[in-house]
Amino acid sequence: MAAPVAAAEAFPSVVPQAASAPAAVACRNVTVRFITDRRTVTALENVSFAVERGGFLSLLGPSGCGKSTLLRVVADLVSPTSGAVSVLGLSPQEARLKRSLGFVFQDAALLPWRTALQNVELPLEVGGAKALPAGAPTPRELLKLVGLEGWEGSYPHELSGGMRQRVSIARALLGGPRLLLMDEPFGALDEITRDRLNEELRRIWQETGTTIMFVTHSVYEALFLGEQVLVLAANPGRVTELVDVGLPRDRTLKIRETQPFVEIAANLRDLLGRGA
Amino acid sequence: MTDIAAVLPDASAAEAEYARRKQRELWRRRLLPAVGILAALGAWAAVVYIFKVPPFVAPSPVAVFATLTSKFGLLIENLVPTAIEAICGFLLGNVAAILIATTFVHKKILEEAFFPLVVIINTIPVVAKAPILVLLLGNGMEPKIAIAALICFFPTLVNMVRGLESVNPQAMELMRVLSASKTEVFFKLRLFNSLPYLFSALKISASTSVIGAIVGEWIGSTQGIGALIIQATYAFDSALLYATVIVGSCFSMVFFLAITLVERLVVRWQAPAGH
Repeated sequence: MAAPVAAAEAFPSVVPQAASAPAAVACRNVTVRFITDRRTVTALENVSFAVERGGFLSLLGPSGCGKSTLLRVVADLVSPTSGAVSVLGLSPQEARLKRSLGFVFQDAALLPWRTALQNVELPLEVGGAKALPAGAPTPRELLKLVGLEGWEGSYPHELSGGMRQRVSIARALLGGPRLLLMDEPFGALDEITRDRLNEELRRIWQETGTTIMFVTHSVYEALFLGEQVLVLAANPGRVTELVDVGLPRDRTLKIRETQPFVEIAANLRDLLGRGA
Repeated sequence: MTDIAAVLPDASAAEAEYARRKQRELWRRRLLPAVGILAALGAWAAVVYIFKVPPFVAPSPVAVFATLTSKFGLLIENLVPTAIEAICGFLLGNVAAILIATTFVHKKILEEAFFPLVVIINTIPVVAKAPILVLLLGNGMEPKIAIAALICFFPTLVNMVRGLESVNPQAMELMRVLSASKTEVFFKLRLFNSLPYLFSALKISASTSVIGAIVGEWIGSTQGIGALIIQATYAFDSALLYATVIVGSCFSMVFFLAITLVERLVVRWQAPAGH
């Protein structure tokens, strides 16, 4: 477990000047090594970046570049070997204990013995959080937000892959987290479902105002979703570049055929090639 | 137009045909097992009749059926202690296995220390364990219950440990993101995850506990299905022997079906295809 570090003291240079509103996430010189029987793997080396509040950062890179590990460092699921991490001005552990973040996993990780609604309610039953903050959307409202009105009583095995992932997004949004971490949530879905969920995620992001970090290995997904794209390279996992997307906030899938989109996509693919 | 209408049969006719075929298949599935059993009984009766097998070697099914009805009181009288021993042993062995599995999952050091011992004890055959327990616990119901419990214990322990531990790793990470305590992880996640594993062990236990009780009665008992089997064998009363075996296995079957029913009521979430 990483010792709690007050982020503003630990690395004032990364945290934005206004001390009252630190970045949603700031990492400085984060290195993660895993020691296995045969060798020591450096999953991340000297990774530094910051995401502003309300931002949408896509983490793009080939497999093995440590993008999932980076997300887990932010979520306090992995402790960095060295470096400093600040989540909403707190240590990852403090942010986790305050329920400031939601996590969406690659497989929906729903509990098969619970209905859709009961799965969304799980966060209210564990970890000492027994009541929703005043004004926060209820589990039913969240299921409606993700387009699953009428499916509250269905069990996971009765839902399609896309619907299961919607339930898991609703669960992650319960309690109004200020940071949503998504680890290739649409990776296992067919392209049509994936496109639709991409559009809906943009809408949810705009409606809730939550900060999102989204891991993907699809250039199009990273670019369509993100306001910024952090391009990573593998062996060891490191930052190639942080790209500002600069596309309009209101996007439909059509934007993928426009000139600016195609140009940035080509640039991103270039950056991925350079890292390899 | 008329050509197409002639080629394509009317949809309702096709549906009726499908329903008829489905119905036939259903009857076939119900009737064929009964036909199989009746054929085996017929073959058995024929062999006994044609080869003039003496009744102290093997009875005809008719004689067994006659004994089943004429000595029904005696059979039930002997089934009761065996059933009590099997059910008590089932409860004792399984509750112990569930509690120990829970302990093992939470205290890895205990699992590492004692699991090999459990495996070693399990390698001793029941027939070898039985005399030891009779010496330890006397001639009453206790050693039979202990044998039935021991026989149930091992499969449940192994399955329960696996069920409690084989939790989806992402669900475990989810619980950590939610800052869930160990107790919450156990009651919200591990326990439910283990139920399908537990029930497959309980279904095995339901029939093996009866075997345990019967083996216990062989070693030293004057009543029970096991005792009646020994008595009938020494008296060359083959019809009684067969009738006793049938009563014992009917009880096993009912016990097994009861557990299956409870499983259906409790584990309702699995997809029909299973995982």
